[in-house]
Amino acid sequence: MLRSGVIAKKLGMTRLFMEDGRQIPVTVLQLDKLQVVAQRTSDKDGYTAVQLGAGTAKAKRTSQPMRGHFSAAKVEPKRKLAEFRVAPENLIEVGEEITADHYFEGQFVDVSGTSIGKGFAGGMKRHNFGGLRASHGVSISHRSHGSTGQCQDPGKVFKGKKMAGHMGAARVTTQNLQVVKTDADRGLIMVKGAVPGSKGGWVTVKDAVKKPFPENAILPAALKSAADEAKRLAEEAAAQAAAEEEEARKAAEAEQAAAEAEALEQAEAEIEAEKKDGDE
Amino acid sequence: MNLIAEIEAEQIASLGKTIPDFKAGDTIRVGYKVTEGTRTRVQNYEGVCISRKNGDGVAGSFTVRKISFGEGVERVFPLYSTNIESITVVRRGRVRRAKLYYLRSRRGKSARIAEKSNYKPKSGAEA
Repeated sequence: MLRSGVIAKKLGMTRLFMEDGRQIPVTVLQLDKLQVVAQRTSDKDGYTAVQLGAGTAKAKRTSQPMRGHFSAAKVEPKRKLAEFRVAPENLIEVGEEITADHYFEGQFVDVSGTSIGKGFAGGMKRHNFGGLRASHGVSISHRSHGSTGQCQDPGKVFKGKKMAGHMGAARVTTQNLQVVKTDADRGLIMVKGAVPGSKGGWVTVKDAVKKPFPENAILPAALKSAADEAKRLAEEAAAQAAAEEEEARKAAEAEQAAAEAEALEQAEAEIEAEKKDGDE
Repeated sequence: MNLIAEIEAEQIASLGKTIPDFKAGDTIRVGYKVTEGTRTRVQNYEGVCISRKNGDGVAGSFTVRKISFGEGVERVFPLYSTNIESITVVRRGRVRRAKLYYLRSRRGKSARIAEKSNYKPKSGAEA
């Protein structure tokens, strides 16, 4: 059941007005030339996954080994690569392009990205500490953390103690975001709520792990080739239908013409007969 | 135009609303859809617009203040809310501020706003 996720670029946030008066804050994510670059198989690698690439990188700024990797897959150099574990039956051919139809409206997804860096932050901002009192003898250290431990007995600060330090710029996953709208033409996915990272940052979108796997999810993935194929088939069917209609119309015309000719003949014959009657 | 601006412009076009030209100090009447059980009706809310925020875009909003039964009431409306049936300008006021929050501390005579006698509609926008 495990299927591939997608790499997307965070474009920014906006809001959507619904017919019933609700407004929904949405983050707009864009799929930019998202293609399969490599496969990982259990024979070769011991696990099954697809490696996806998104965006475009200049060839001259791509290292020689990576250029070789991309040329082996016959894809343009990509800006961002990521692997997604998939079930063996959901492996996707190398070079296939994934479209935004991969997710449907109302589905829940998990979005991972690198959060905005906050630099060296104090305990109040980093761990929601309360700080010290504003008065009652506190001097200078109103925003400091308090005690960090006990006395001589442990004689040390325990590992993992929450203290001031570097905050942000870490990998963060936001779970159970609802997909509000997708736009396959422009490759847009709109999810309700906020997504980690800054505008223009890369995020990965996966089916929500804490929700049951959706039944109408497209397996192995919504591919551009499949969409093109479906479009071609629909066009062909439409053309065929048009041709059949034309044929039917022609047949009907011919039939009508024949009927008219017959009627004319009959009428002429009747006239002849009448004439004959008159002569006699 | 970046994609976000494009999406917002598309949304404004699809909502198909005509927003009159108004600003802080104008007295406006907002027809707001109210749902009671299954029935919906339009409720008029008339008062002084004391602020407009976030421009004319899809995120824009405005605050309307009125004195209801001796008590000041303020409501914030999103400019493009689908719950808004109509916005009509009742009176154009002459003010020298973009935000009229000073009205909150005033009452009666001092809370009046003079009418603007020389209002000219913006070129390209209907009144």
